[in-house]
Amino acid sequence: MSILEVTNLTVKLPDGADRPFAIEDVTLKVEKGQILCIVGESGSGKSVTAFSVMGLADRRALTPVSGTIKLDGEDILDIDDARLRKLRGEKMSMIFQEPMTALNPVLRVGDQISEMLEIHTDLTRSQRKTRVIEAMTDVRLPDPEKMYRSYPHQLSGGQRQRIMIAMALTLEPQLLIADEPTTALDVTTQAQILKLIKDIQRRKGMGVMFITHDFGVVAEIADHVAVMKHGRIVEQGSVAEVLGAPKDPYTQKLIAAVPSMIPPEREVATGQIALETDDLVKTYGQAGLLGQGRVVKAVREVDLTVRRGETLGIVGESGSGKSTVARCIMRLVDPTSGEVLINGENIASLREGQLRSHRRDIQIVFQDPYRSLNPRRTVGQSIVEGPVNFGLSMNEAKARAAELMQVVGLSPDALERFPHQFSGGQRQRICIARALAMEPMILIADEAVSALDVSVQAQVLDLLDDVRKRFDLAMLFITHDLRVAAQICDRIMVMNKGEVVESGFTSTVYANPQHDYTRALLAAAPGQIGPAA
Amino acid sequence: MTRYIIMRVLSTIPVMVLVALFVFLMLRLAPGDPASVIAGDYATAEDVARIREQLGLSDPIVVQFLRWVASLVQGDLGTSIFSGKPVTELIGQRIEPTLMLALTTITFAVVVAVPLGTLAAFRAGSLVDRFVMLFSVGGFSVPVFVLGYILIYIFSMTLGVLPVQGYKSPFTEGIGPFLYHITLPSVTLSVIFIALIARMTRASVIEVLEEDYIRTARAKGQSEMKILTRHALRNAAVPVVTVIGIGIALLIGGVVVTESVFNIPGLGRLVLDAVLARDYPIIQGLILFFSFVYIFINLIIDLSYTLLDPRIRY
Repeated sequence: MSILEVTNLTVKLPDGADRPFAIEDVTLKVEKGQILCIVGESGSGKSVTAFSVMGLADRRALTPVSGTIKLDGEDILDIDDARLRKLRGEKMSMIFQEPMTALNPVLRVGDQISEMLEIHTDLTRSQRKTRVIEAMTDVRLPDPEKMYRSYPHQLSGGQRQRIMIAMALTLEPQLLIADEPTTALDVTTQAQILKLIKDIQRRKGMGVMFITHDFGVVAEIADHVAVMKHGRIVEQGSVAEVLGAPKDPYTQKLIAAVPSMIPPEREVATGQIALETDDLVKTYGQAGLLGQGRVVKAVREVDLTVRRGETLGIVGESGSGKSTVARCIMRLVDPTSGEVLINGENIASLREGQLRSHRRDIQIVFQDPYRSLNPRRTVGQSIVEGPVNFGLSMNEAKARAAELMQVVGLSPDALERFPHQFSGGQRQRICIARALAMEPMILIADEAVSALDVSVQAQVLDLLDDVRKRFDLAMLFITHDLRVAAQICDRIMVMNKGEVVESGFTSTVYANPQHDYTRALLAAAPGQIGPAA
Repeated sequence: MTRYIIMRVLSTIPVMVLVALFVFLMLRLAPGDPASVIAGDYATAEDVARIREQLGLSDPIVVQFLRWVASLVQGDLGTSIFSGKPVTELIGQRIEPTLMLALTTITFAVVVAVPLGTLAAFRAGSLVDRFVMLFSVGGFSVPVFVLGYILIYIFSMTLGVLPVQGYKSPFTEGIGPFLYHITLPSVTLSVIFIALIARMTRASVIEVLEEDYIRTARAKGQSEMKILTRHALRNAAVPVVTVIGIGIALLIGGVVVTESVFNIPGLGRLVLDAVLARDYPIIQGLILFFSFVYIFINLIIDLSYTLLDPRIRY
């Protein structure tokens, strides 16, 4: 019996959007006790579908023009606001991608769960508290009595998502909508949350609509799968059918684009050493009123070398110190101690003036291409700025920028346009061109493909590998994603809590991990559906 | 937390010392000699020198400063050159009307502006919103003295419902006469603050309403009213409280003008009279007093941030 039936749902986009409908003719069902995964890339309409079911889509911007959304037989497009509010929380609940922003930062988490009971039940304050503690215990939060009084910023990402799940499930709704609930989490946390959702769903016989872009996650959790593209469902069926024998070419392409956990054969790099760190340490801390205050060791004694033409991956979860290493090497933060050798010269303690001439040797591409380009400057202005600062004439710089546009697969007239006129993948190409314009010896990619859709991700990875070869770059590739690391890194270093726990050739580490933490990370990577699996 | 509060309170001391130094120097270095003003147009050079000697104005400036600070610490702000009364006594006599005017003005402004701004934000783009924005621009643009006379013309002279001028103390003459007299000056003075605070509230609430946790609250089935009061307002409060603090600082300027327009015997009038007469001790005392009030308000605002937002911990 289905708890949710969406039939021929079409939702109109406002005039002037890039297409007339956000979603078109969408028909799907969520059965009791089953998990339906809706998979798609950004702009596919998967979130609009979810928000339409919750009645949370802004009806002025996203107007449903035809179809029905039946929740347990009741068409939610046909009911008034009061009834809709009653259904939300009681019959259907939702959890979101980013648990930090989805929780109110100024209210205690226990009170936020309790609010659900306050809205929908007549329980007294103490009865509510008991129920909240139960719900928190149910999602396996440690010491719920104490955590009740915490604020969201005092919890970890995984704990926050557990709070969200506890909140969504307090009233035992029949339908849970999960919008990319593990995308913002570390891989080991993601594995735990996926397991938790699946356990609770089985235990309570709930229907779940699970939105994701990640086929790995689909393989872990789904009973049924619907694949969306440009607002339409292109394929749906059981997880075995869709993953095992995808019929639609788009599904096939998406599945093929998921990076495999099996590292390809790579040649051993023999170029000269371009970058080396020796006992690199970074501690953060504030001097207390009397001597040392609280000190956080972000990076502990890290030694690494990268040769020209080689890619070294630094893999780790949030807080592992991997980005701090990159920032110390870039001297965006000052290392506490240790050496950073660029072509043999130690830059770890150079003053800003002396450092300047070294800046061009190391360039970085950041995670978020939306925020790392100045929105008020044309792409060309952003690219030529660096070389011109280092003495190139404007005409030469422009000529080089035009060449680089072709290298990164964009047309040279892109230089005249502004960043917002490009897609995420194109912007990341622009960021790569901007870095290359400085003719660096070392390129740092800090989660450079993490914000991109999986099909775009594969292309940008290819591009990075291509420019590494073409310009004989020493590349430092920082990522939390083991699948991505497998595909692009010659060697990897696994970091945990500021320490390097394991390092070696990628294929060796993946085939035969030595450290427990590495093993845990590899085991947690979702849906190991690579060609060999 | 306690440590932060102690540090924050202690940090006001160097600020106050700096303010004192500036106040002292600014007036000493300004052109014009109070001794010759006191001596009058027909005084001889000896008369002026004698008066200067009496006032201590011929001593080296460092000595003057130290002498001044020493008495300051004992709560002595000096004596008025003209009336011969202690400055603290003069301030004490005039403080009540000003304090009452400031208090009623800022209370009225907050009570009107915050709901207005919130409503405008909630109905952003609607007629209500446009009206509030229009009022804001207007409120910023009209000077206090112009608005004061317009309101006097309408409510006192034409309608005759409120008095033209004067002040009645709520402590000695009762709350009724007090409100009767304070309403017009208070409303006049509050218009600009209503404009300022409403605008800031609107911007802040609009921003907060876009946040993910507002969506979460809707997903819980919470009503729009409760979403505004419970989730949006407290998150929007920090910039609004900041602007209220700035408002209180700006209020000091407004009070001077308003007290003149409505003939209220407060500190504003005292400032005006002292400046015109170059009565140094009074001017110094008043600037110091207002500065210290402002430092104190800033302290309160900084400390209130930590109550409003648990993430703010120093």
